[in-house]
Amino acid sequence: MHRTGELYGQFETLEQQKDSATLGMWIFLVTEVLFFGGLFLTYTVNRHLYFTAFGVGGNMLDLKLGATNTVVLIASSFTMAMSVWAAQTDRKKLLPLFLTLTLILGCVFLGIKYVEYKQKFDHHLVPGHSFDLTYRINHPTPGDSPKELEGERKEIEDAIQTEAAGTPQERLVALNAHTQLYFSLYFGMTGLHALHMIIGAGLLIWVIRESLKGRFTAAYNTPIEIVGLYWHFVDIVWIYLFALLYLINRHAV
Amino acid sequence: MSEHVVSPKIYVVILLALLLGTYLTVSAALRDFGPWNIVIALTIATTKALLVVLFFMHAKYSPKRTQLVVMCAVFWLALLLFMTMSDYVSRVDYRGVRYPVSQNFFLTHSPHS
Repeated sequence: MHRTGELYGQFETLEQQKDSATLGMWIFLVTEVLFFGGLFLTYTVNRHLYFTAFGVGGNMLDLKLGATNTVVLIASSFTMAMSVWAAQTDRKKLLPLFLTLTLILGCVFLGIKYVEYKQKFDHHLVPGHSFDLTYRINHPTPGDSPKELEGERKEIEDAIQTEAAGTPQERLVALNAHTQLYFSLYFGMTGLHALHMIIGAGLLIWVIRESLKGRFTAAYNTPIEIVGLYWHFVDIVWIYLFALLYLINRHAV
Repeated sequence: MSEHVVSPKIYVVILLALLLGTYLTVSAALRDFGPWNIVIALTIATTKALLVVLFFMHAKYSPKRTQLVVMCAVFWLALLLFMTMSDYVSRVDYRGVRYPVSQNFFLTHSPHS
């Protein structure tokens, strides 16, 4: 394809080229909204059908880690926005700095996510054969606060009453099944989100390298803008995931 | 049409607003407002998302056709959720039992039901 500097032949100006690229990225993001939308719909339907069981699941998540991750991701969105500003105003040293900060914050997010996942594996809260809501209550470790465990015990006891019928044992089986649905969605949605973060980190590494070569200027900074749009979209998905998975039906411990 | 450069001042203000929103939504979640808890959580989340889209993603300063594409995402997602949920919240089986109680294993498989 014919190309003059950064300008491809089918465009008249760099501005027009950037406008088209941005529009294309937004159209891709619309498909991403609907891609995640399927999961959000599944979540909404099952939250509606098994409201109490989903509340039990939500209360088993670590609110402190979740809130910390929200702050980390918002901060990374800010540094990403600042990268766009640095590129637009030709600040050649600040640009890689802000991009690297964004990458570091993204990695911190993934690290905290790892700690959370590890916790869920340790507490037998991963859907499958060994899923057991009461595992943590029955096998407390020295680090667990008795108040938190007592809260979980009461939570499960109350929730069992809302399962439709049967002996307490049968009700616990039903509650376990419905809470597994919650955790399937938890791992599915946060896992897909984490995958997007990893792809975003890869894109950031690429623009950091290009920015160190001095490729981006006030006239040409389309890749920064596009990667920025992607990064902010991933941030928005997390804002909703945090509200839906961690916050609804939360009980103070 | 020259490119719009958003000043760092605006970005800082948005950052502070997003952090404030996170603080508010966590503290609201730890208090009991009954059915309003969901409404508060989703209203704050949507406000935060709106701030990100308008300022961090520059939708406020984008051409109209880009803004139209953004609106399309919201519209199609709303349609997906609204149409499906209007079915689920109104589903009743032939006995007049509401879904999902009608699907309950112990009700449908009990010899006495």
